[in-house]
Amino acid sequence: MKQFLIFIKKEWLHIWRDRRTLVILIWMPVIQILLYGFALTNEVKNSKIAIYDQSRDEATTLISNQIAASRYFSLLKNVYSYDDIGATFRQGKIRLAVVFPRNFRYDLLHTNHAQIQLIADASDPNTANMLTNYATSIINDYQATLNRDVAMPYSITTQTRMLYNPELKGAYSFVPGVMALVLMLVCAMMTSIAIVKEKEMGTMEIILVSPMKPFRIIIAKTIPYLFVSMLNIACILLLSVFVLDVPIVGSLWLLIGESILFTVTALSLGILISNGAKTQRTAQFASMMSLFLPTLLFSGFLFPVENMPWPLQVISNVVPAKWYYIIVKNIMIKGLGFSYVWKETLILVGMTVVLLGISIKNFKIRLA
Amino acid sequence: MANEKVITANELTKKFGDFIAVDKITFDVEKGEIFGFLGANGAGKTTAMRMLCGLSLPSAGQATVAGFDVYKENEKIKKNIGYMSQKFSLYEDLSISENIRFYAGIYGLTDDRIKEKTSQLVKQLSMEGSEKALVRSLPLGWKQKLAFSIAIVHDPAIVFLDEPTGGVDPITRREFWGLIYEASARGITIFVTTHYMDEAEYCNRVTVMVDGRIDALDSPANLMKQYDSKSMDGVFLQLARKAVRKGD
Repeated sequence: MKQFLIFIKKEWLHIWRDRRTLVILIWMPVIQILLYGFALTNEVKNSKIAIYDQSRDEATTLISNQIAASRYFSLLKNVYSYDDIGATFRQGKIRLAVVFPRNFRYDLLHTNHAQIQLIADASDPNTANMLTNYATSIINDYQATLNRDVAMPYSITTQTRMLYNPELKGAYSFVPGVMALVLMLVCAMMTSIAIVKEKEMGTMEIILVSPMKPFRIIIAKTIPYLFVSMLNIACILLLSVFVLDVPIVGSLWLLIGESILFTVTALSLGILISNGAKTQRTAQFASMMSLFLPTLLFSGFLFPVENMPWPLQVISNVVPAKWYYIIVKNIMIKGLGFSYVWKETLILVGMTVVLLGISIKNFKIRLA
Repeated sequence: MANEKVITANELTKKFGDFIAVDKITFDVEKGEIFGFLGANGAGKTTAMRMLCGLSLPSAGQATVAGFDVYKENEKIKKNIGYMSQKFSLYEDLSISENIRFYAGIYGLTDDRIKEKTSQLVKQLSMEGSEKALVRSLPLGWKQKLAFSIAIVHDPAIVFLDEPTGGVDPITRREFWGLIYEASARGITIFVTTHYMDEAEYCNRVTVMVDGRIDALDSPANLMKQYDSKSMDGVFLQLARKAVRKGD
């Protein structure tokens, strides 16, 4: 036990003396959370629009005002020709243009049918879609007020409720994603680099010649990183609750427990990588390619896995971050209990046992 | 306790696939001896040493270290040996005393003993006042001496030195051999690989490895007589000329 503590202390000194890395380890999650929370949001707010009103009547003014007043849009300018619209789009100043034809109100009242044209910048298809949807719903609202006094023979209206995240805030999905990403990076990459560094320096040989058991060497090397990861989780959770207003709806302890489990999964991946890598650079590169990218792509927090072609969906199942992401979302955002995440937990436990088994076995083989 | 054998090897062999790195070597080392393991690069010195240290499993043959079998009693062997690699493996970002503390600690020395050893070691190496200096900042010669002292900090029966003097100037090398003699006088058996032939003359007995085999084993003086040469260099050249294998 004492050997074990001395080893951990030494490992901690490595981390502590390497200030630059330590600062990165602590700040990286903070910066990522703030970036994803504030800057890289997928919400659409205050998109610039232009209005080309050829009718200029009571109805078009009212609709224009409502669109301009909504929080999704802000009116950049009124334009007076299609050429003008084209020019403004080309300058990249607007995302959407609304065109009212001549005699809008007259057509509406006398022929019972009028048209509004929405022109969107679809170089960013998602945003274009969202903007036209928002605009259409504002126009539909106007139409509903017109029809209020008229008895419609049949009518279906939809009522939408956004569960768990009524304000549709992007942070609700980014926070769990960043947690998965940071834990993967800190644990797996840092441990693999730390172990390979000992191989490179030749100190690993000396330790292996000593009476210390290989299994204990591995565990002792990883514990400080487990600690740093816990610190990171605490940082992320504090930031998300107090800065991004993302609440922890479910049990905090369950969330922490699952995070520790995922950390151990990541650590065993790190050990596995260190088994294969001979230089620190290889370890770093292997971690980047085999952990960081899959976590980013397949955990589901940037791109919905359901929309991917099936071979990629199959691949996504072996990415531990996918399961952790589901777990964190269920606990933190939806407030669900263990009975709803036991399957994902079991998958993570299974992965961890297999990974740890393989990496420790390989570690011993090198010894023999 | 004269003639007590602390290392025995009998037809010890290591194969990597078709390549026979160490080919049926047989020798023994007596207690307190300085035993030199000579050979060109790639002759199999390091592989042979790694088998004895428990870093590598032999493919065939028998060997005992400190009376324990290399196959079955690996853990017991580890408690009784020290090892210094050619890289002088110390932690560069730890201080002198932290390095001593760590290595002594993983051999299970008590806190009091570690303290005692640290001050004794620092004094012996005349590094007083530099205990808190990071190893990174030390000259190569200091690192080498420190690495050796740390390899024997737990008073092992045998210490294995793998080319311990690579890249060090002649004066420092001489000082280093002073440390080796001191350790030998305390009863620690020294097993050292080298390709510096002048160092071979410091050893009690030497073996010369060529292509994985032991081609000669005797005291330097006897070898020089046998091969009719005035220096170990001459002996080595005669033997090494027979080598087929290229260095690595």
